[in-house]
Amino acid sequence: MGDGEAVKSDYQQRRWHNVRKVLERSGPFCHPDFEPSAEILDFIMNSCKVLVVGAGGLGCELLKDLALMGFKKIHIIDMDTIELSNLNRQFLFRKNDIGLSKAKCAVEFVNKRVPGCEAVAHHCSIQDMDEGFYRQFHIVVCGLDSIVARRWLNGMLMSLLQYNDDRSLDQSSVIPLVDGGTEGFKGNARVILPGMSACIECTLDLYPPQKTFPLCTIANTPRLPEHCVEYVKVLQWGKENPWGSSTILDSDDPQHVAWVYEKAQERAMKYGITSVTYRLTQGVLKNIIPAVASTNAAIAAACATEVFKLASSCCINMNNYMVLNMSDGLYTYTFNAERRQDCVACSNTTRTMEIDCNATLQAIYDKLCEDRGYLMKSPGITTVINGRNKTLYMSSIKSIEEKTRDNLKKKITELGLYNGAEILVADITTPNTLTVKLKFSDVDVDMKG
Amino acid sequence: MASPSPKSPEQSEKNKQYDRQLRLWGDHGQTALEKGHICLINATALGTEILKSIVLPGVGAITLVDHNIVSDEDIGCNFFLENTSQGLNRGAETLRLLLELNSSVQGHAVQEPPEQILQDNPDFFKSFSVVIATSLGEKTIQELANHLWDIKVPFILCRSVGFLGSFRIQINEHPIIEVHPENEQIDLRLDVPFPTLAEYLNAFNIDDLDLKDHGHVPWIVILYKAVQKWQITNENRWPMSRKEKNEIKDIIRGFIRKDENGIPIEEENFEEALRAVNTALIPTFLPVNIKELIYSSSATNLTKDSSSFWIMCSALRAFIEAEGKGKLPLRGVLPDMTASTEHYVKLQSMYRTQAAIEAEIVYRKVQEIVAQLHCDSISDAEVKLFCRHAHDLHLIRGSNISSEYQMGTVASYIAGYLEEPDVMMVHYILLRAADMFRSEHCRAPGEWEPEADISKLKMCVSKLLSDISCSPFPKDDHIHEMCRYGGAEIHSVSAFLGGCIAHEAIKIVTKQYKPVNNTFIYDGASTNTATFTF
Ligand SMILES: [Zn+2]
Repeated sequence: MGDGEAVKSDYQQRRWHNVRKVLERSGPFCHPDFEPSAEILDFIMNSCKVLVVGAGGLGCELLKDLALMGFKKIHIIDMDTIELSNLNRQFLFRKNDIGLSKAKCAVEFVNKRVPGCEAVAHHCSIQDMDEGFYRQFHIVVCGLDSIVARRWLNGMLMSLLQYNDDRSLDQSSVIPLVDGGTEGFKGNARVILPGMSACIECTLDLYPPQKTFPLCTIANTPRLPEHCVEYVKVLQWGKENPWGSSTILDSDDPQHVAWVYEKAQERAMKYGITSVTYRLTQGVLKNIIPAVASTNAAIAAACATEVFKLASSCCINMNNYMVLNMSDGLYTYTFNAERRQDCVACSNTTRTMEIDCNATLQAIYDKLCEDRGYLMKSPGITTVINGRNKTLYMSSIKSIEEKTRDNLKKKITELGLYNGAEILVADITTPNTLTVKLKFSDVDVDMKG
Repeated sequence: MASPSPKSPEQSEKNKQYDRQLRLWGDHGQTALEKGHICLINATALGTEILKSIVLPGVGAITLVDHNIVSDEDIGCNFFLENTSQGLNRGAETLRLLLELNSSVQGHAVQEPPEQILQDNPDFFKSFSVVIATSLGEKTIQELANHLWDIKVPFILCRSVGFLGSFRIQINEHPIIEVHPENEQIDLRLDVPFPTLAEYLNAFNIDDLDLKDHGHVPWIVILYKAVQKWQITNENRWPMSRKEKNEIKDIIRGFIRKDENGIPIEEENFEEALRAVNTALIPTFLPVNIKELIYSSSATNLTKDSSSFWIMCSALRAFIEAEGKGKLPLRGVLPDMTASTEHYVKLQSMYRTQAAIEAEIVYRKVQEIVAQLHCDSISDAEVKLFCRHAHDLHLIRGSNISSEYQMGTVASYIAGYLEEPDVMMVHYILLRAADMFRSEHCRAPGEWEPEADISKLKMCVSKLLSDISCSPFPKDDHIHEMCRYGGAEIHSVSAFLGGCIAHEAIKIVTKQYKPVNNTFIYDGASTNTATFTF
């Protein structure tokens, strides 16, 4: 930097002239709270802390976009390391970086390219960080490909909400979440104001259900190349244990993929099925989602624009969910995703579950996994009986699973649960234990309470 | 322990690097992209954001035309400039940093203004697959558009000002064989089964099957049998109305086996047959847009210079009029359905074989035409791909950007939207007015004094509106907003447009997926987009 620049505050530098025009001038379409001033850019640069979650296709773009919009105090978190297949879109990485931390490489690159940027990397999983970490940010922007991780993060931001004595929301505890996602030529971007607008859990039905193949088809009547790959993955690997019984199938190990590919080809040949390819095999094994630079660039930029609006109030934020489809022309649609009044994450009310009084614990477990309002992966269920914690079922720890497995078959009343009893549910989709109140469905009206 | 060593070769490095996109446009799409050469005029933030998403997936080459010197403002919003770039040529600097993204991409920088190239060396533009331009003056826009229109090189004109942006694709003629439709229509020919299919379907007797086999009968067999049964009492007609289709459903329900208590046994294949009644019984037909294509003059009056697309369209027409008996060649794709492996694989190979036979006939017709015209040969694979997608062929015939600057149909089209009033068309007018302002005043509206420029910009807007016989805007709010922007380029707005425009350029180069036809407007402030066809 030249000597002339040193006397100026950083936000007064000529290079920020573009951003300053929209921040220091008023316009007819501004947010009602917007008061143009030089202090806004000062806030964006020197105070506003933004967390970028994920340093992949969207994360790289977001980091660049935010740095060039003036944000300096950016943190980025990602546990992954760089792979060759990332390089077609994750533009902050080079072949030399393969194997290194995505978060660290991305930060190093952007801090070097954009002088003054003070991005900080966290090479760890989002679950490794506690409430104190998340609470420090003004805005969180998320570019993840995992729905479970997204739900966990959503739950974390909801758990930071504080309520006043009259049960109204304490606005100062709200950390806005801007979320982006892409799949091939499609994507979406949304703005979530925790406790105020629809959250990830409110709109779980917007995620398409995962495609699965019935086991009997895979085993007995395969028709598609995918069926053959699934057969080798689900049944043949465990039977033949090609690398010994202690080696589980690793879809990132090219030797393993090649083995599955060959066996799937053999099976396909046997049944007269064509088109088992290496690419297809890998796609099925890793559940690969196609991805291209352009879609990621557009969605990340839409998210970055919203972060800029949140930080500056210079425009009204999108309300609140935008879908983008780039496969037939270029189409976007923005709509107001609505809150679920009984949302498990953001409604600040205890959730009730209606259940038959003769039901088994399995019925509760199934509801937690299958009901659109929960869609949990492996819920652990506990309750408090006579002031003592009792684990009813937990599958995540093997020894406890074995001890509690029989409970699934028992009637819930045998386990000490009653109408109005509360169960506590833990799952990987949320950082918080969820309280669910049981309501027996065939109990007399006046007994309800 | 000795580890098994699979014989299959590992994927190539390139396959691994591009894996996630090869799943979208295939190896042949990648090959087309690698042959592509993109020219960018003016390496603004918008320009380099476009090139970034074209270089990453591996375009063959890029050429940057830019005679500007890097300013502080450029560095502030363009990621492909460094502090040390200040004072250097903008094209050369951005090229250097763009090429770091992908070592297999070739790059060139030309430090001349586009006006001069147009004057001294217009053939310069001939070799490009697409020319993309940002920040062009009004006069240059029209000169360049006219030239590229004449030499038939696709052109994308882009703008990014404040929260607003737009791009306009100018392309003479763009045929797309692989449009990748969201829902591909099935082509089963149940109403006109080809001989091997008819033989197979007729040989089935659902009633004779034991319960296990009964549950493995493909639904197309069930549907065919139900229609046959229905036709006995309906003069061999084909079921068309909702009522008739419901009668088919009743017959299918009648096929379902019952247990000893008379309760229907759940069989997935019969459920699938019931669900398929509404879609799979649509009679085989020649879509209107395909008919228009094959009878258009480009397909009926072939010359030595006709493109392979039109030659194939002509051969397709000959097929439909003769062997095809009014129908397109069979697609040859069997959707997945509950069935035993044996039934499914047999049916699938029947469809595939028939499709190959029909594609071969079309291929022979193509060869005859090629021989007559003495033009370049067309490969067997190309014709196969064409026949496989013959149901979804799509042609875009574009218009010259200069038509937006003249009275005529485009003007009345614009006026129609303004009368609604459509705010996105208002944005278009303002982007145009800002161009006009720049050519008259040599600066962006509001670059220094937003308030002072409002009346001047208003004059530009009024002139544009009167040119298209439109009444002036009732309010100045959008004019005021444009002056507020003061020509600022906001990085995230350019990055959004950059991703979109790169995507369109890739569609044009790979000739897959339908590009925008032909104008896209983006307002980042209201998160709104629109497409117009000028
Ligand atoms: Zn919610």
